Amino acid sequence: MTRTGRRFLDRLPALDKVLSFLQGPRFRSAVRRVRSVARKEVRQLRRDRLTLGFIVGVPAAQLLLFGYAIEQDVRDVATALVDHSSTSITRRIVGQLEATQTFDFVAWPPDEAAARSLLEAGEVRAVVVIPAGFTRAFHRGRGAEISVLVDATDPTLARAVRASAEGLAERHNRNLATAVDGDLLRAPPLRNRFGVQAELVHPQFLELTVLDLYNPELRTALFVVPALLGVILTTTMIMMTALSLVRERERGTFEFLIATPVSRMELMAGKIAPYIVIGFLQVVIVVVTGLWLFRVPVEGSLLDLAVASLVFIAANLTLGLVISATAASQFQATQVSFFFFLPSVLLSGFMFPFEAMPAPARWLGELLPLTHFIRLCRGILLRGSSLLDQPGELAAMALFTAVGFAAAARLFRKRLG
Amino acid sequence: MTGPLTETRAPAPAPAPETGATVIEARGLTRRFGDLIAVDDLDLDVSRGEVFGFLGPNGAGKSTLIRMLVGLLAPSAGSARVLGLEIPAQAERLRARLGYMTQRFSLYDDLSVEENLEFAAEVFGLERHLRHRRIEETLAEYELEDRRRQRPAHLSGGWRQRVALAAATIHRPELLFLDEPTAGVDPDNRRRFWDKIFELAAEGATVLVSTHYMDEAVRCHRLCVVRDGRAVAVGAPVVLTEALRGRVLQLIAVPVEEAIPALRSLPSVVSVTQLGRRVHVLLGPGLDAEREAPSLIAQLGRTGVLCREARTAEPNLEDVFVALLAGESLDRRATGVTGVTGAAGEGGEDGAR
Repeated sequence: MTRTGRRFLDRLPALDKVLSFLQGPRFRSAVRRVRSVARKEVRQLRRDRLTLGFIVGVPAAQLLLFGYAIEQDVRDVATALVDHSSTSITRRIVGQLEATQTFDFVAWPPDEAAARSLLEAGEVRAVVVIPAGFTRAFHRGRGAEISVLVDATDPTLARAVRASAEGLAERHNRNLATAVDGDLLRAPPLRNRFGVQAELVHPQFLELTVLDLYNPELRTALFVVPALLGVILTTTMIMMTALSLVRERERGTFEFLIATPVSRMELMAGKIAPYIVIGFLQVVIVVVTGLWLFRVPVEGSLLDLAVASLVFIAANLTLGLVISATAASQFQATQVSFFFFLPSVLLSGFMFPFEAMPAPARWLGELLPLTHFIRLCRGILLRGSSLLDQPGELAAMALFTAVGFAAAARLFRKRLG
Repeated sequence: MTGPLTETRAPAPAPAPETGATVIEARGLTRRFGDLIAVDDLDLDVSRGEVFGFLGPNGAGKSTLIRMLVGLLAPSAGSARVLGLEIPAQAERLRARLGYMTQRFSLYDDLSVEENLEFAAEVFGLERHLRHRRIEETLAEYELEDRRRQRPAHLSGGWRQRVALAAATIHRPELLFLDEPTAGVDPDNRRRFWDKIFELAAEGATVLVSTHYMDEAVRCHRLCVVRDGRAVAVGAPVVLTEALRGRVLQLIAVPVEEAIPALRSLPSVVSVTQLGRRVHVLLGPGLDAEREAPSLIAQLGRTGVLCREARTAEPNLEDVFVALLAGESLDRRATGVTGVTGAAGEGGEDGAR
């Protein structure tokens, strides 16, 4: 037997001690104290209507906001049309543009100058210009140009307009590819002094196949809801625990509490226990609402989702405890929480695709439990993957929790001053 | 000249049980907050069963001292043993044996009276069957039955303090720390609160209580007068007042509003207090009121104040307090009066109302 092995065996009596401790009266009284702190916490929470509303209302409100109001699919862009050609052909093309639902023609200015002032005033976000010679060029099968000017201050909108216009041109070309040899629609690049960037429509005979998996309709809601689950848990869980100890300190009850036999571990355990239940309640609210309102599927197992949620909730609660142990006031605790929320929302892949971020941002993102939870959650809900398909994500969250708890235990003292 | 007053057991008001064992023993206890020295090199011995008072003005370091003894604040220097355990290292082992009532109300305003007691009983480790009985007992004992469903936030100051004391004693602690428990409470409730303190002491608890009320301080078995973090006198209230015997003169003088400043300007006078028509005068150490009276009256007469009556009077705790606290600020009087104890400073005019 190796020496380390023997040493391990020598340690076994310690294990006995641990076991007998777990069955002994001291452990029972520890459990009792944790339970009494937890019960006190729940009682206080029940009387705090505002916070209760916060717990239930925030998931619902955020879900509706992100699911509906902030739907990222760009539609009905107010567009001005300048049609110098005005034939049945151009009317048909305008009709096709309208049919994409991206463009909503709301103004028909006489010339480009008038159209630009509309853009400048913000009355329209895009201008479609069809030149005088368009119909002739179209029939000739060469040099038929339509230019689309788009207000690129909103890149999402600009991208959507570009994609829509290019898509139309491409479909057109494909349909006519057999009959017509040559360019159909061409828009030259334009620059102007208004800072309005012109988008160009390149007619090309390109085979561009986009195969959309998992979210064939490219619905934002499907992408957002699983991530939103993580965002909601992050905000409420961190905030609740961050405030909980500081509140005791601010109200003066901390001095009573630390003069009792409750140990700091018992105190922390009792403080976070109710929030684990609340966290699960929020998971249920979000998943059920997502299923009901946005038809978000639950492809994977609910048990996997529950385990992932539990570890993620624990990670956030320990972070909240760290904040609570260090902050001097509820105001400070709130500020520090927000300091953490912002990178969580921005760098976790919730707002922007993780793949599109620069490397340092991705490294930072990897440090956040939300990043890992979002990956797990999208996998479980949308792709039907299991926890074991992404073991790294779960491990990362568990590691965060362990480090957080150690830090909280270190920072939290049953002392004043 | 009187000697240091730090000796002797308390003869009054109710003799302390002669159990004698030392419950608190502090040596050189010091606590600094940055440049501020809140508690400065303080020694303390408290025996079992005593009601021991800390008397001192706001900011004298009473709360800091109590917090150190409870183990919530680490001393910057010095050591203390409480119930035989080293503070703060072994403070956690003391918790179940201590009761601590904070100066600021520290129970939960959003829990009812009963729920607060329940929480206290639970965290202090009372078994379930005992817990229920003890809570009912306590509610009855503190006349809180009708208010059990109320929240402390909706109670008056006196009732709040009563709830706080009930919570601090629910586990029947051997040693009870009360930090200004009656601040802002009306006299009747204060008196009842103190009756309660003596009941607890009679049941065997040692009680440490801080106050700045003289009528409360005088009820303690022994007293420690604290100033600027230092113990300037320790002893039974009567022993402390005894040190000033013969130095107090009460006058009836007209016009009184001229008599007071005139008296204060005299080098032999430590403090002047108006008590209705009377003027209560504390003379400097070594002086005898009876012997000084004629010259005092003559000096008043020279400023046009007529003295109708003059007689010696019993010194009270306020005289002690004033004499001790006026202390070092006395230099401008330049009379070189020595204080009541070796540690104390000199008497001064600041105590006069």
